[in-house]
Amino acid sequence: METKNIMIVGVGGQGSLLASKLLGHLLLGQGFDVKVSEVHGMSQRGGSVVTFVRYGEHVASPVIDKGQADAIVSFELLEAARWLEYLKPGGRIVANTQRMDPMPVITGAAEYPQGLTEKMQAAGAAVDPLDCLSLAERAGNVKAVNLVLLGRLSHYFDFPESAWQEAIKACVPAKFLEVNQRAFQLGKNA
Amino acid sequence: MKKLILGNAAVARGLYEAGCAVASSYPGTPSTEITEEAAKFPEIYCEWAPNEKVAMETAFGASLAGRRAFCAMKHVGLNVAADPLFTMSYTGVNAGLVIAVADDPAMHSSQNEQDSRHYARAAKLPMLEPSDSAEALRFTKLAYQLSEEFDTPVLLKMCTRVAHSQSVAELAERQEPEARPYTKNPPKYVMAPANAVRRHPVVEQRLLDLAAWAETADLNRVEEGGSRSLGIVTSSTCYQYVKEACGDRFPVLKLGMVWPLPERKIRDFAAGVDQLVVVEEGDPFLEGCCRGLGLDVRGKELFPLTGELSQNRIAEKLGLPVPASVKLEEELPNRPPVMCAGCPHRGLFYTLHKLGCTVLGDIGCYTLGAMPPLSAMDMTLCMGASISGLHGFNKALGREAQVKTVAVIGDSTFVHSGMTGLANAAYNQSNSTVIVVDNSITGMTGHQQNPTTGFNLRGEPAGKIDLEALCRAMGVNRVRVVDPYDLKACEAAVKEELAAEELSVIISRRPCALLKYVPRKPALKVDPDKCRGCKACMKIGCPAISMERGKARVDATQCVGCGVCGQLCGFGALGAGKEAE
Repeated sequence: METKNIMIVGVGGQGSLLASKLLGHLLLGQGFDVKVSEVHGMSQRGGSVVTFVRYGEHVASPVIDKGQADAIVSFELLEAARWLEYLKPGGRIVANTQRMDPMPVITGAAEYPQGLTEKMQAAGAAVDPLDCLSLAERAGNVKAVNLVLLGRLSHYFDFPESAWQEAIKACVPAKFLEVNQRAFQLGKNA
Repeated sequence: MKKLILGNAAVARGLYEAGCAVASSYPGTPSTEITEEAAKFPEIYCEWAPNEKVAMETAFGASLAGRRAFCAMKHVGLNVAADPLFTMSYTGVNAGLVIAVADDPAMHSSQNEQDSRHYARAAKLPMLEPSDSAEALRFTKLAYQLSEEFDTPVLLKMCTRVAHSQSVAELAERQEPEARPYTKNPPKYVMAPANAVRRHPVVEQRLLDLAAWAETADLNRVEEGGSRSLGIVTSSTCYQYVKEACGDRFPVLKLGMVWPLPERKIRDFAAGVDQLVVVEEGDPFLEGCCRGLGLDVRGKELFPLTGELSQNRIAEKLGLPVPASVKLEEELPNRPPVMCAGCPHRGLFYTLHKLGCTVLGDIGCYTLGAMPPLSAMDMTLCMGASISGLHGFNKALGREAQVKTVAVIGDSTFVHSGMTGLANAAYNQSNSTVIVVDNSITGMTGHQQNPTTGFNLRGEPAGKIDLEALCRAMGVNRVRVVDPYDLKACEAAVKEELAAEELSVIISRRPCALLKYVPRKPALKVDPDKCRGCKACMKIGCPAISMERGKARVDATQCVGCGVCGQLCGFGALGAGKEAE
């Protein structure tokens, strides 16, 4: 099979590393070759961060290039727009609609763009917008946004529910398990 | 057992399986996780050293004593450790000694883009270069074999995409190496001129022996391709990009050892293809070697000297199709990294900005003080340069500079190589103001302990340097501590020490807000009746504060209740939030 590509984009500190860990675990368990490329260090400090998840029969490059992503999981709307060029035409974006102003917007040097969901749709992306922050709050912890997003993502990939549940159990600390399971279901059923 | 494992964790696993006994490192992105992961194996003694030179010498001592040893660093760390490195090449080793160096093409988290392969050639040492986690593990073990067989330290070169990518690797059990008892051997280990003169020819012969080994070793392999119109020489993550872009279209010479090179193998490969192309990030290192062999080769005329490569960049230059993509015709605001909400450095940098200081900075989270709106940094060069740079600046300009120029350096960086700069300033009677921003952790690389924190790499109680006493012992009479959350106190301290006509040290002390033991206060609340929308609170560049319909808004998911913004509000609109019930 051709290598499949999922990108996880967001703002440093939003929890994208757990999402990529969970996906990696899930995909390896499904018998795929997997590569996951992360960002550590300076750019993690509130900057734009991206994680690449690739799987298939044999994966060579650890990174996803422009026009290659089958899906983008986005923690923040502006970040989805920033990495849009990496999406295949017609590719899926699972987008948390949360807005986090970057420093140039906070200082007034730039404006936060309006209508990003519609603009991305118009450009040829299949955007699935979701208020993940509210759902995470409902699940019991605002930090569970990543599991809400993964729940939503699970719609578009043909993996058994049991495999997702197993991956959640393996990757989430025991004391946060229930909150994260709830968040996953809320995202999935939204 | 097969496992999806980070490249750095795979190196650590290789250390474990190879029977490594001692690891000493200084953290630096993208190398840090190697030593953190190694510390999870109780069989390996692991430590953070104050700097890379100390780490390398510690590892050398352990090798001399007869135990397999290791140290890791980022590319610029190897500059710090270059002194022992070049002479360890002469002494060779007793038990195996492996040095990991991690380059950062595209400078995700670095101040330059230097190519560490030059060090292998300059120090006449073998360098292995893995292209994924499986090779990172295998090459680490192989490096120990080579080290002992050829009596040499071995360099293991990582890069960001190998270090910070997870891929599948096969794990094995630990093998305890045979004992190599220490025996006194001054002609080999005492590098005084008379002995070193005899060791240099040994080094040259060793390189020839290693080059002969490289001709037949399977880590330098040829992969056949469909068309011989092109042959590609490559290594590291570039090999993966080449395979992604070209599949089996062209033959590939994949080099696992990038120094010394297998000359005959390269010549034979070149003879079998119409055109030779080298795909490498950084400098034309392999390309230059091919030219040195008299081969007609293309490399940097196709691929840039700067930044990273990728499958599309390679496909494009080799005339292969590149996928179409989706695009937004709109310029989007950047999202540069920023100091976290509640960062203790913020109050200090606000003060320096307000006072119009010239700030000679250093390497750490506080380098972000250079970003708007704080914009309070004039120079960042390398670890420790703030203090020595300030001393030179003030000696050059005298009083006019002394009254408004400061050095800013973190606790870990101060111990790394700021202490010697302070010794120089004290000894040579500098009238300088040095600010040590002590957040009680090595922050930027992800919270590593250091000699000022009182804990070791494994989190156990350890020795603790008393910074105030240390500065006084060096001859600094004016040493004071200030809380950077207290803007008034900060301003008074900076003003007074700049005015003082002698060397002074201000320790701006408060632990990093992200440390688990630091309590979070409730998020501040904006009183909309009092807020006039004057944006005074936004002068500190806190990511938790924004404007909404003309009023300040505090993001409760980010705010840790530090209260610095409240000190800037002239209308009392930013108040402490209530404790959660």
